[in-house]
Amino acid sequence: MRTPKTIYLFFLPGLLLYSVFFLYPTVSALFYSFTNWDGFSDVFQFVGIDNYQRAFTADSIFRKTIGNNLKFMFVVVIFQTIVALAFALIMLKNTKTTIFLRALYFFPTILSSVSVAFIWAFIYDPSLGILNRGLSTIGLDFLAQNWLGNANIAIYSLAITQVWFHAGQMLIIFVAGLQAIPQEMYEVAKIEGANKWQTFRQVTWPLLAPSATIVVAYTTIQSFKAFDLVFAMTGGGPNYSTEIIATYIYGVAFEGYQFGYASAISVIFMIIIAFITFLQFKALRSDRVSY
Amino acid sequence: MLFRRFSLIVYALLILIPLLVVMLTSVKTLQETFANPLGFPEGGIKFDNYIAIFQEQTMAGYFMNSTIVTLFSVTLTLLFASMIAFGITRLNSWMGNVLFVLFTLGMMVPAQVIMVPLYSLMIDFGLTNSLAGLILVNISSTLPIAVFILTGFMKTLPKELFEAATIDGAGNWQMYTKVAIPLSLPSLSATAIFLFVMHWNDLLYPLLFITDNAYKTLPLALLEFQGQYSTNYPMLFTGVIIASAPMVIAYVFLQRFFVAGMTAGAVKG
Repeated sequence: MRTPKTIYLFFLPGLLLYSVFFLYPTVSALFYSFTNWDGFSDVFQFVGIDNYQRAFTADSIFRKTIGNNLKFMFVVVIFQTIVALAFALIMLKNTKTTIFLRALYFFPTILSSVSVAFIWAFIYDPSLGILNRGLSTIGLDFLAQNWLGNANIAIYSLAITQVWFHAGQMLIIFVAGLQAIPQEMYEVAKIEGANKWQTFRQVTWPLLAPSATIVVAYTTIQSFKAFDLVFAMTGGGPNYSTEIIATYIYGVAFEGYQFGYASAISVIFMIIIAFITFLQFKALRSDRVSY
Repeated sequence: MLFRRFSLIVYALLILIPLLVVMLTSVKTLQETFANPLGFPEGGIKFDNYIAIFQEQTMAGYFMNSTIVTLFSVTLTLLFASMIAFGITRLNSWMGNVLFVLFTLGMMVPAQVIMVPLYSLMIDFGLTNSLAGLILVNISSTLPIAVFILTGFMKTLPKELFEAATIDGAGNWQMYTKVAIPLSLPSLSATAIFLFVMHWNDLLYPLLFITDNAYKTLPLALLEFQGQYSTNYPMLFTGVIIASAPMVIAYVFLQRFFVAGMTAGAVKG
């Protein structure tokens, strides 16, 4: 049966907005990345690949920024995935307690990054903070730190905050994935005399792999996009030690007025994210399990 | 077993203690906070900070702006995305696939990537310091994920229903309003909640496009309290509570839907 051509009208409002406010800016980011535009003047020159050359060879802050992003990403991906999976495994059954606890663990997800940033600024506060006071109560004064002020550890403090913020969401994804595994598979494993580890290795893990891939990929992308949290908590400081690519783009463009250069970094950023997304699709395809 | 229970309690406390501290601090004075940051207020619970924040700030205005921006952004995103999803489902050809890829491509590009050209575009259009401008940008930024979730759902609807509607003489618009939308309500509600959380909490776009107090939304206003109140945590936390209240109240009553919506967004985003 043929669909009347009027069907194309359904795309119109969305396509119009999407083209103007998304497709066009995406293409112009690429265009501006080859210019020295300051964002305000009417005139600018084409500078070829100068901006890209500068990013990769001359800009030590950009290099630091990528390093920070990777540190943040590794801590968040590892901690968040382990915490979410471990807790998902011990609260698989739907009881009143587990349903309540899952909802509680999930709670931070609905808060704004700015709220979470304030809460954790207070926790990390060198003199008032819960963390340092807690440490001194249990006699571990020597561990007390200026958690956000110390350039060596600030990025890790932010990573812990990110885990607190989103682990509950990942936990729910794991629970959904684990609950989809048919009970019969466990019964078979039991009859065959498999121990707990063997059951996990042979039954749970292969069937869990798709949700694990989703969690890892989503967490990775989330840690590249953690603009709001970083911006509200440290603003990239002290001394660029918590600057990530996203906050650096903002700084270069809106504080340094180098729109051309900021565009080049944006394009590099886009390629990184596209690459991760590509890996995610590939992994999901190869991991597909049917039962 | 004991270790399990212990871990569950520790995690619960890690969430509960900070939230409790936020609530307690908002009903304390600054002096009480400095003297005893974690304890109960010595002079009893006071709501002075709540009164002060409404007097010192145009809180009602920020609240109103957030409400307007969120309501319009969510409703229009859902409307346009469901129309597109319906269109893709009905086309069901290479053209449908091309349009699907075109719209979902946006999920791969973070908002931060286009903030520079988007900013100059908004200046050119005179859409900075405008709630309408914010709404337009919001719609186009969440359209891809909404199209993705809704198309996935609509493709599972039995084709026979649409064919029966065609035989009954229904045009595209009738088929969309009478068949596709009513049957997609579960997916629409999950997407709606996801969008609500996203738009209510968004900081980046207001930060880029709003400088006038009259158009600021709650997250941006809150961020700027930090500059004003510095480490006056009682005031900051009062702001946090007011800004989060609608989401928290909705979460308490609609928990199940929140969890479903936010994970649908995560899985597909």
